Amino acid sequence: MGLSLTDIISICDFSKKDIELVLETASQMDSLPKEKKARILENRVIASLFFEPSTRTRLSFETAIQNLGGRVVGFSDPAVSSTSKGETLSDSIRMVSGYADMIIMRHSIEGAARRAAEVSKKPIINGGDGANQHPTQTLLDLYTIKKEFKKIDGIKIGLLGDLKYGRTVHSLMYALAHYKNVEVFCIAPESLKMPEEIIKDNSGQLEIKETKNLHEFLPELDVLYATRIQKERFADEFEYAQIKNVFILGREILEKTKEQFRIMHPLPRVNEIKQELDSTPAALYFEQAKNGVPVREAILSLLKGVEK
Amino acid sequence: MKESDIRLVPIKNGTALDHLPAGTALKILEILQLSKPEKAVTLAINTESKSMGKKDLVFIEGKELTKSEIEKIGLLAKGATINVIKGSEVKSKAKIELPEKAVGIIRCLNPKCISSIENLETKFSILQGPLRAKCFYCEKTMHEKEIANAIR
Repeated sequence: MGLSLTDIISICDFSKKDIELVLETASQMDSLPKEKKARILENRVIASLFFEPSTRTRLSFETAIQNLGGRVVGFSDPAVSSTSKGETLSDSIRMVSGYADMIIMRHSIEGAARRAAEVSKKPIINGGDGANQHPTQTLLDLYTIKKEFKKIDGIKIGLLGDLKYGRTVHSLMYALAHYKNVEVFCIAPESLKMPEEIIKDNSGQLEIKETKNLHEFLPELDVLYATRIQKERFADEFEYAQIKNVFILGREILEKTKEQFRIMHPLPRVNEIKQELDSTPAALYFEQAKNGVPVREAILSLLKGVEK
Repeated sequence: MKESDIRLVPIKNGTALDHLPAGTALKILEILQLSKPEKAVTLAINTESKSMGKKDLVFIEGKELTKSEIEKIGLLAKGATINVIKGSEVKSKAKIELPEKAVGIIRCLNPKCISSIENLETKFSILQGPLRAKCFYCEKTMHEKEIANAIR
């Protein structure tokens, strides 16, 4: 059985079965011999349309395509696309869907990927649409947890930093809600708290606790998922100055944590995680970024040949 | 004024909206683009109601509401009654339900949503308890007050 989806737009579209299928396929990709892998997208052309710049997402998708033997067309700078001439997104996508077998896209406009899926005859993979969704990030986050802990059920995860605007932590909450006995600790300053609505939507499935104090639940955590606090989110510079250093993770936190405690981060980091942690076993963030490749290989291979 | 004291000008052919939540009548006229009507429109605001405490009423001569107009009213006044009047008699009476979906009747208030930027036909799923509308494109949720302001 394949995915129930013809496009990858939002983590909210995924059933538990779909998520598990992606994670299992990613695990197979991790161990598949290179030569076998390179035949999966043989003779396929994949469009990579980055209307907004990105490093990790674009490079890991393009690496995944190359690994699977596919060819990439596209752009990483919207200035070179017809968008700069005033073409609508709908028209750009209709046109590209006539050329390529699948389309990966990132766009700053929210809902751009959903619109693209409506007009495209070929599968669309959302590589991020503004502040809205970035489903492959969430899938690679889940894959990282599963690979590291051999399970997702019963995991105790702290979400740290900007929980108000952070797209990755919102999607992760919805995705974790598919699993059993997961405990989520939302750790954020008052002005960057997890939105009430997201807590309400998931409180039936997840055990959720909120705190402003990083150290309160530290000894209980399996994973601490840190995010960047962006200066531009604050109307008041004084407030930013007050809290910007509160959530910086250094080696000293490891004195209070479990042995198998791990730190994740969607990257790029600025100063939330000190470099002194990079060489410790707790640092899982580079492994997490690396996992973007097998997860994206899995998605590409599962969408291959999907009829819309 | 008691409910039994209400004496509205009867209409011969048209629509009588009853059991509208108090304070919604003027917004309904705006939605139906009846601020400068050609025929008679009668309004009652904040009248007493046994079941609702207070309610509004709108009688419109010479107009039958379209499906999309009824859906718009449903977003503001779930549970209101719509009476179709023909030859001074009530030809049909129905309760206005909340629509499950709203297509093309409300705009997305998120300025970064593709539906606003490319002027697309909007699509929302309507969620109850409390009333919310979730945009099909940007997935942002609007609450009751925002929905009232977003009706086209």
